[in-house]
Amino acid sequence: MTRPGPHSRIRPAGTIQAVAFVAVVAVLPLITGQHWLVSLLVFTVMYAGLASAWNLLGGYAGYPALGHGAFFGVGAYAMAIGTSHLGVGGGYRPFVLIVPIAVGTALVVLPIARLLLRTRAAAFAVLSITLMFMVQTLAYNIRSLTGGSSGLIVPLAPFPAAIFERPFYYAMAALLALTLAVCWVVRTSKLGLALNAVRDDEDRARGLGVQTELVKLVAFAVSAGLTAAFGAVWAYYITFLYPGFAIDPLLALGAILMAFLGGRRTLWGPVVGAALIGPAQQYFAYRFGASQLYLVAYAALFLLVIYLLPEGIVPSLARRLRRLRRASPAAATHDQVATDSIFSAGDLG
Amino acid sequence: MTALLAVEGLTKSFGGVRALDECSFEIAEGSVGALIGPNGSGKTTAFNVITGYQAADAGGLTFRGRAVRRPDPCRLQRLGLARTFQQPRVFPGLSALENVVLGRNQPWHALLRDRVPGPDRRRAEELLDEFGLAAHAHMPAGRLSYGQRKLLEFAGVLMAEPVLVLLDEPTAGVNPIMVKTMEDHIRRRHAQGVTFLIVAHEMQFVMSLCDPVIVLDHGRRIACGAPGEVQKDPRVLDAYLGD
Amino acid sequence: MHLFVQATIVGILFGGVYALIASGQAIIFGVTRTVNFAQAIFTILCAYLSYTLFTDFGIDPFLSILVLVPAMFAFGIGIYVLLLRRLSRSGAELGLLVLYGLGIGIQGVLDFVYKTNNRVITPGYANNSWTVAGYQIPEVRFFAFLLAVAVLGTLQLIRQRTKLGRALRATTQNPVASRLLGVDVERISAIGMGLGVAAAGAAGGVFGMILPFNGNTQYDLLSKLLSIAVLGGLLSMPGTIVAAVILGVVESVVAATISPDWSAFSFLVVLFAVLIIRPQGLFGRRLRGAL
Repeated sequence: MTRPGPHSRIRPAGTIQAVAFVAVVAVLPLITGQHWLVSLLVFTVMYAGLASAWNLLGGYAGYPALGHGAFFGVGAYAMAIGTSHLGVGGGYRPFVLIVPIAVGTALVVLPIARLLLRTRAAAFAVLSITLMFMVQTLAYNIRSLTGGSSGLIVPLAPFPAAIFERPFYYAMAALLALTLAVCWVVRTSKLGLALNAVRDDEDRARGLGVQTELVKLVAFAVSAGLTAAFGAVWAYYITFLYPGFAIDPLLALGAILMAFLGGRRTLWGPVVGAALIGPAQQYFAYRFGASQLYLVAYAALFLLVIYLLPEGIVPSLARRLRRLRRASPAAATHDQVATDSIFSAGDLG
Repeated sequence: MTALLAVEGLTKSFGGVRALDECSFEIAEGSVGALIGPNGSGKTTAFNVITGYQAADAGGLTFRGRAVRRPDPCRLQRLGLARTFQQPRVFPGLSALENVVLGRNQPWHALLRDRVPGPDRRRAEELLDEFGLAAHAHMPAGRLSYGQRKLLEFAGVLMAEPVLVLLDEPTAGVNPIMVKTMEDHIRRRHAQGVTFLIVAHEMQFVMSLCDPVIVLDHGRRIACGAPGEVQKDPRVLDAYLGD
Repeated sequence: MHLFVQATIVGILFGGVYALIASGQAIIFGVTRTVNFAQAIFTILCAYLSYTLFTDFGIDPFLSILVLVPAMFAFGIGIYVLLLRRLSRSGAELGLLVLYGLGIGIQGVLDFVYKTNNRVITPGYANNSWTVAGYQIPEVRFFAFLLAVAVLGTLQLIRQRTKLGRALRATTQNPVASRLLGVDVERISAIGMGLGVAAAGAAGGVFGMILPFNGNTQYDLLSKLLSIAVLGGLLSMPGTIVAAVILGVVESVVAATISPDWSAFSFLVVLFAVLIIRPQGLFGRRLRGAL
């Protein structure tokens, strides 16, 4: 306990992880020129971000949100309407819209979040998905704005065909980096501690003077705002919006699956989960079409993860690692630090 | 001595059952009060209503000379009223240290500061040490024993340096040595000026530690006074022995 | 006015079917504390099975219930034993996700077997209706309503009059105390799950006669079932039935007087409005602490 290292927020190990991650993500699309591969990377990075954003509310605060498809869709439609109706122009200009879209969604969602957060657990899960169905119905019905079931076209970006995906990839990667930075700040701050307390025992937390209402609202709004930002980039990339795809119940389920697989109480877990499932998901959709066997494989994987790896890969690996270290007495002092990092602010766990 | 906490005509019904029936009492500053009574006499309900976990049907309370109109656990804690629960409640996924640190009040604008800042860490380590939990500081609280969790909950409550602590059965289900430990902790804190209101069943514990003793039966206050007087009160005997 | 009354009649009749499906969900929530996110796909599954039994074997959907109900009862028990029982300790949210995932898997299988075009079961009497005092009463909906009343009545008799029913209610109210009183909570939960899924089995055929369906219809139905569950208070049988009938009526009246596009949405608005005033639903005790 005398060493200052483990108590400071910024740790050498964490910095190395962050730098390595940024380097890998930055270089990845340069390795291949294959469009389908880069497209797969775009979606994987997007899902890593969505899973991390979901984790703020679903993992750290333990609120089983199933309706993030709503916020994603709001972001997507906002982007589409912004580019086609408001005339912000083409090229890189639409990317500027991401900021007001994310902030706007986070603010608009506050009163709704206040209402939803009056319920917990199963009731919250039900209401959050109900909210998603409401937004989907609105997208179908407000035809003057969304085009209803005939869809809405976003002007195609004028990027050179050879590297068409790259701007979208880097936009997604930047958002992912931002999301992870937000997650890191939350985890290493009092906000994260308060959210974890809410997850473990909300009533007792209230009795200890934790501002549960406030921290839940912040987690909800930030999670929703980030999700909307990804939706906005997605809309510009995909160029065609249809309510059933833009506001998809499976989106939240995918994010949850990835967070669970990687480890929903950890910083890197959702990223690891997305790195494993994202490509498989895209490959499946590419090979077999977006339904049928794809849904069956998805469900099977989901059940396997819940039953065989309830805590996720990252915590399980971390525990293995600790056991290995415990075997060598010289490393015994590290052991306590490792425990700390799993159960508190560490960025390893 | 002035009343630190005054409860006036508190009433709470569940369905047709009156858990609290126009219950009134006062706790003077610097005292160690006991709230006793047979099972189902409304002790825990009284705690829940006072701390704002359940809304009263009627009645009101005054804390530190201020009327508290709609009690809320978070706000009351910040005014200096803290409580523990009958079944010890800790945050199982957080370390013992973090469990204690959480007890420290934070203004909203400090939410993005360090999760466990240095001064809080030191204060929490002192408390853990005092409660004999220093060795478990980095263990997830869910792995602690029942008695350890009771101590940890108590330690967490003290982190904010409350003025009044409501302890719900601090001695239930723990061994006699632990009862003594609890008593010592309460005495030490009392000597430092903390006021207590304790729900307890062990009569020896109550009689040696507490004054006044408030007796509830069917949600009504039937007696209140020094332990010796209460012990002799025929209504109290009736309540405990049945009518 | 005529339009309004007509829509109300149709709405009440179909509300009975919603009540039947949603009651199954309430029973399951009672014994497992898990919201059955697969109740909608179970209903669609049975609609497809009724469809096959009708088109390939000529069995009337009302008769196929005799096969589907026991089959779904066994299916429900199987799901409890294989999937939910192991989760009981690790929290209700996980069970909800498991059932949601299972539902999506079943949808994948159905989409694969039946493809995704809309189906509807059309026996000879499908479009018949009686005229009573100037109002149309569609035969299928009428019989569907009778069926729902009969099944719900039977369920109510089981719950109120039998030993099994008492055990079910005790488990719903307090599993720990029930175990202490000698109730085999696991067995009762399995049976409760079976009964709940069987209710979807009873409703599947009539659902498939009234509305065109495909695998994706599950989301439409799921959103309604979940709304009913929250509005009715998750546990309460009377609450569930009342909420279901309200849904049927609101949906039908809005469809007739405003536009079918807004029928589902209007109920969701009702739901959120109610929640602002009563977070615990119309009939619920407390959603917050209890969950």
